Amino acid sequence: MPHQVPRLLAVFAVAVIGLVVARGLLVPETFGDRGHYRAAAVDSISAREQRYAGHHECALCHSDVAETRLDGNHRNVSCEVCHEPAARHVAAPMDVKPVVAQNRGLCVLCHAYNPSRPTGFPQIDSVMHNPRVPCMRCHQPHAPETPVPPTSCSACHGQIASQLTVSHHAALPCSTCHEAPDEHRMNPRAVRPTKPTARAFCGTCHAGGLAGIPQIDLRNHGEPYVCWQCHYPHYPEAR
Amino acid sequence: MQGYIYPNEFELQWGLLVVLYPYLTGLVAGAFILASLERVFNVKEVEPTYRLSMLTALAFLLVAPLPLLAHLGHPERSYEIFLTPNRQSAMAMFGFVYAWYLAVVLLLEIWFDYRKDLVLWARQERGFMRWLHYALTLGATDLSERSLKFDDSAGRWITVIGIPSAFLLHGYVGFIFGSIKANPWWSSVLMPVVFLFSAMVSGIALVLVLYMITTMFRWRKIDMRCLDKLAQFLFYALIVDFSLEMLDFIHRLYEAEESIEILSQMIENRLFLSLIVLQILLGTVIPLITLALVSPGLRKQGFLRLPPELRQLVYLVAAVLIQIGIFSIRWNVVIGGQLFSKSLKGLTVYKVDVFGLEGLMMTIGLLMLPFVILWALVKVLPPWGETESVREQEA
Amino acid sequence: MADSADQSGHPPSPSGSVDRREFLNDILGVCCAGAPLLLGIVRLPAQGTSRAYDPSEHLYGMGLDPQKCIGCARCVVACKAENDVPQEPHYFNTWIERYIIREDGEVEVDSPNGGIDGFGRIENPAQVRRTFFVPKLCNHCDSPPCVQVCPVGATFITEDGVILVDEEYCIGCRYCIQACPYGARYMHPERHVAGKCTFCYHRVVKGKVPACVEVCPTGARIFGELTNRATPLARFRRFNDLQVLKPHLNTRPKMYYANLDAEVS
Repeated sequence: MPHQVPRLLAVFAVAVIGLVVARGLLVPETFGDRGHYRAAAVDSISAREQRYAGHHECALCHSDVAETRLDGNHRNVSCEVCHEPAARHVAAPMDVKPVVAQNRGLCVLCHAYNPSRPTGFPQIDSVMHNPRVPCMRCHQPHAPETPVPPTSCSACHGQIASQLTVSHHAALPCSTCHEAPDEHRMNPRAVRPTKPTARAFCGTCHAGGLAGIPQIDLRNHGEPYVCWQCHYPHYPEAR
Repeated sequence: MQGYIYPNEFELQWGLLVVLYPYLTGLVAGAFILASLERVFNVKEVEPTYRLSMLTALAFLLVAPLPLLAHLGHPERSYEIFLTPNRQSAMAMFGFVYAWYLAVVLLLEIWFDYRKDLVLWARQERGFMRWLHYALTLGATDLSERSLKFDDSAGRWITVIGIPSAFLLHGYVGFIFGSIKANPWWSSVLMPVVFLFSAMVSGIALVLVLYMITTMFRWRKIDMRCLDKLAQFLFYALIVDFSLEMLDFIHRLYEAEESIEILSQMIENRLFLSLIVLQILLGTVIPLITLALVSPGLRKQGFLRLPPELRQLVYLVAAVLIQIGIFSIRWNVVIGGQLFSKSLKGLTVYKVDVFGLEGLMMTIGLLMLPFVILWALVKVLPPWGETESVREQEA
Repeated sequence: MADSADQSGHPPSPSGSVDRREFLNDILGVCCAGAPLLLGIVRLPAQGTSRAYDPSEHLYGMGLDPQKCIGCARCVVACKAENDVPQEPHYFNTWIERYIIREDGEVEVDSPNGGIDGFGRIENPAQVRRTFFVPKLCNHCDSPPCVQVCPVGATFITEDGVILVDEEYCIGCRYCIQACPYGARYMHPERHVAGKCTFCYHRVVKGKVPACVEVCPTGARIFGELTNRATPLARFRRFNDLQVLKPHLNTRPKMYYANLDAEVS
């Protein structure tokens, strides 16, 4: 064997042995136990401090408030949404107190009017709606009700209203097409307004020969589709 | 920032240092493949550049990991790549490709090539250099006919393994980008191939420049046969590189996938200078035209028969433009891939720091460092001089 | 002593001591009341787990309903508080996007500070065809590209389907951040390791829900198990047309969106 080879092999052997030794010394103990990762990491992540206690914890002591909340409109709004993370309060109830939010700034985060919110979600115009009065004065936060039912549909259906007012149907009140029982103002999800069901309904204005209103031949125009398939009733412009 | 980017994408993850890294490994692969032209394919004309190419490759390979280390969040943990590599990760496997290439290909080949000279120098010198050269022989001082033959054939075999290894070294970097399905600018089958050929282009261009500069510094005459041959190979590599890039471009435009809108906006608004002007025009088209006209690539004496000095100037300018072009490619790939959002709805900006670990100064320093190392290597392992004539006698 | 008969109808005992029968009755009563407790049929509502948590018994996922999301961003705030996410504007484990689709088909998307800063006025509201909010977070994919590319094994998927980052082991190469198609990861500015949504793993293994789910006021986020029949996700998965983000990338996300518009990417 040419004498370069043993010398080269010796160098490589040193490198390989070095790598093996380093592997033995430096690879963390729990690496590979449950997969290609350090299993101890799962334990240390699991042991992290919790900041939110969860509403079940609150209910253990504040059962009366919890009961009230579960019956009201905020049944899905967890305590810590308004009262901030309270795990430390649960751990030391007398020493650490949670926040009690009293300003208007908190409620409008959800309830200020925003057209991207799902239609029908209770929203107010934060500038116009009883300005500078704390929300809690009229609405009990744990079981909020509207003390006075909203007078106009646009209070909750602002997006629809804003489109309607710039459309050809601007002069029509909502009751033209929708019958809304009074109960709907207080219990919107349980009691729904009606909607027209037949082409003939739109025909009362648009095929009835009324002056100044665009007329169509109800028999043929857009048959067999219902009118609102093509014309969005709240903004019925053809273009 | 315009349009919509995911909130976490505001900050670019991979900056100037990660642009530098494929540029450096590309030069390594390119320089090595040039050297292998002589060894394995017996292209005798480029023989004067053989050892210079090898030392250049080594100098750049030693510096290549440094931008990566500087860029890591925890460089002190970087050894983990070798101890617990995730076999599914291209980056992890690249650590071993790098180690293989450095140890088994480059260092071994240089050792086999220089061993005889190291022994001769150690015998003739005194003092520190004698010690150093002797240590580098690893004690293998036998200069018998059998030993020298073994050196030669071992070197040849290593080069044969080395060529695919060099392809792997830089193609792998292309794969690291090309395998990211989340990024439509990067995710492409062509990425490793484009990286590889642009590497070859930049490597050959670098050796061309270094050969000219070192020869002039040593007050020697430039071997025009060698230089013309280098230019010829540079030209061929450039044609392939350009074709691949055009293929990628045409393919993207033709398929017009979902990402085409935002990518077109990005090229227009963010990458116009670096892509259209620097990469394509200055970095590829102009060198292609000049080399087509002047080098023996298409026609034996070139279309324009220029006197040697003028040819040298043209080659030098072309090679420098090519370096700028190839660096721009790396910039356009790495930075370009992060300038648009994965939402495909927006663009962001990259602000280059001047100072700091990821800054311009650091990059310039890391670009100069290989030349410093090369200078030191040339002092310890002179790639020219009497050894050239020794090899010619053997040939 | 002229005691009246006690309620059981027995005559009072001749001496002043406690009636033996009464006493035995009392003991029996206590035992009857306590037996279910002792036999473990009834458990006291203790919060600490009395059995060790076994990850192989669980596989977690989440359902998201953009039609319920009101964009209040309480989830974003809660997540930052629960998980020590930096407060600066471009580090989020979860965020809210607002989509505005105009009548001419143009789509505008925004997410000002993830939604925490509220969403600005919409210009030309009459020209809006649809507008809605979409909550985004790490999808905890079953075929995660981020785990695939991590060179050292610092990010991984647990047996119960949660993708975590080992902050002691991460070298900060940022490859996982590049590989995530959803922009769910970021580089922590101080710890120099990758950060992302952990599904509040530290809460989930103790039987609680993630912080974002806890505070969502409309039930737009539903957390549950993917392999049990009785789980809050059951109805969601049965009655909704489910979509995932970027299905063509085959990452197999476990965040299931109901009623997701095609423009959401």
